[in-house]
Amino acid sequence: MNVTRGFTGRPRVHNAGLPPGQYDAGDDWPVLSAEVTPDLSPADWSFRIDGLVAEPRSWNWDEAHALPASAYEGDIHCVTSWSKFGVRFGGVSLDAFLAAVRPDPAATHAVAYAHTGYTANLPLADLTGGRAWIVWEYEGRPLPAEHGGPARLIVPHLYFWKSAKWIEGLRILDHDEPGFWEQNGYHARGNPWEEQRYSGD
Amino acid sequence: MPFVPPTRFAVPGRIAVSESAAAAWQTATLTEIRRETAHASTFRFAVPHWAGHLPGQHLLLRLTAGDGYVAQRHYSLASPPDDEGHIELTLDHVDGGEVSGWFHTVAAPGDQVEVRGPLSGFFAWPGDRPALLIGAGSGVVPLMSMLRHHRARGLDVPLRLLVSARGPEELIYADEFGAETTPVFTRRAPEGLPVGRMTAAQVAPLLDERPPGGWEAYVCGSNAFAEHASRLLVEAGQPVDRIRIERFG
Repeated sequence: MNVTRGFTGRPRVHNAGLPPGQYDAGDDWPVLSAEVTPDLSPADWSFRIDGLVAEPRSWNWDEAHALPASAYEGDIHCVTSWSKFGVRFGGVSLDAFLAAVRPDPAATHAVAYAHTGYTANLPLADLTGGRAWIVWEYEGRPLPAEHGGPARLIVPHLYFWKSAKWIEGLRILDHDEPGFWEQNGYHARGNPWEEQRYSGD
Repeated sequence: MPFVPPTRFAVPGRIAVSESAAAAWQTATLTEIRRETAHASTFRFAVPHWAGHLPGQHLLLRLTAGDGYVAQRHYSLASPPDDEGHIELTLDHVDGGEVSGWFHTVAAPGDQVEVRGPLSGFFAWPGDRPALLIGAGSGVVPLMSMLRHHRARGLDVPLRLLVSARGPEELIYADEFGAETTPVFTRRAPEGLPVGRMTAAQVAPLLDERPPGGWEAYVCGSNAFAEHASRLLVEAGQPVDRIRIERFG
């Protein structure tokens, strides 16, 4: 351990919900997108799942909202070291979308892509079983554009760069293909509890 | 063939990232502290095994307390690549910031911290294409690495910098800017210069004088500034897929 001379740091918070190397951002919700925030209205939004599925299909805003509502209440963790506790997102479980397209038994991974062209790769196992959502509400209000509105993916058990803003679709694959940050040195999976920030962690 | 989404992403990574350099923590020894403004100082470090970086890249820095508590932050590199095992960071003194607070009140030459990097190729500028740089506050830091690189290598590819600060005394690197730079002052300005937020009147002329093939635009600052500046760029005709944005957070 290389102790830094004279460094004491913030008062210690023993929060079992805080992954290693993270701090509590409190009321802040930093925006870190790498691209220009798109001017995307609900009428222009659509979400598609294709690739290794029995029945590829797309949903428009109203069709997506007709699926059973589901909410995530819990914490989110950004690779830049902030975590945010007790947030509430409203939308639809990704399971409901996947049930409609029926992924092939050979499918193992997915690339999530945004209306801006941003991409993030994910194991299919991280997107199923009630652990991923397409959301359009934050704390009961429409999701702001800079946070991915009108709708984004959230996969809150992984670092938040996996939770693609302005979600446009999922391509289901039988192999892993690095997305935008993953091609730029970030970890393929991004589990905050194992501090999988960068490739090689 | 890798999956390519139907919308071409704005910002393809510009360079390959060294995975071994990004994975290893190294000791960085503070060799010099230079005050830039009342709130910002530059910290120079010796990192003997630094793998080298491109302007625009950042690193992860960590401080460790006696009880093992660790605080880590991402910081943009301010120095150009110099191949001599030295790097510089310019840090704002953030109110209540545990890492920047240590740097501004405790740190002295000879102190050691740990760094890993360089990280991320997305905001990097290899010096190959015309660059239009727009920053605010300490958002000028990665852009300054680009400007210094441009000068150090005597590059003839066009480069312009539009930099916003509250007033002249808060303009980081003020003495280093030349004809390539246009400062914008939002609260207080010297005689004869306008005061106020960056406007289309400052951005549009830079688009009008774009070189053949156009600019690669790099925007760095707070989220509010980045949203504002990127909107001005798009309105002035800069293609959305040639704007890279780095936001504080």
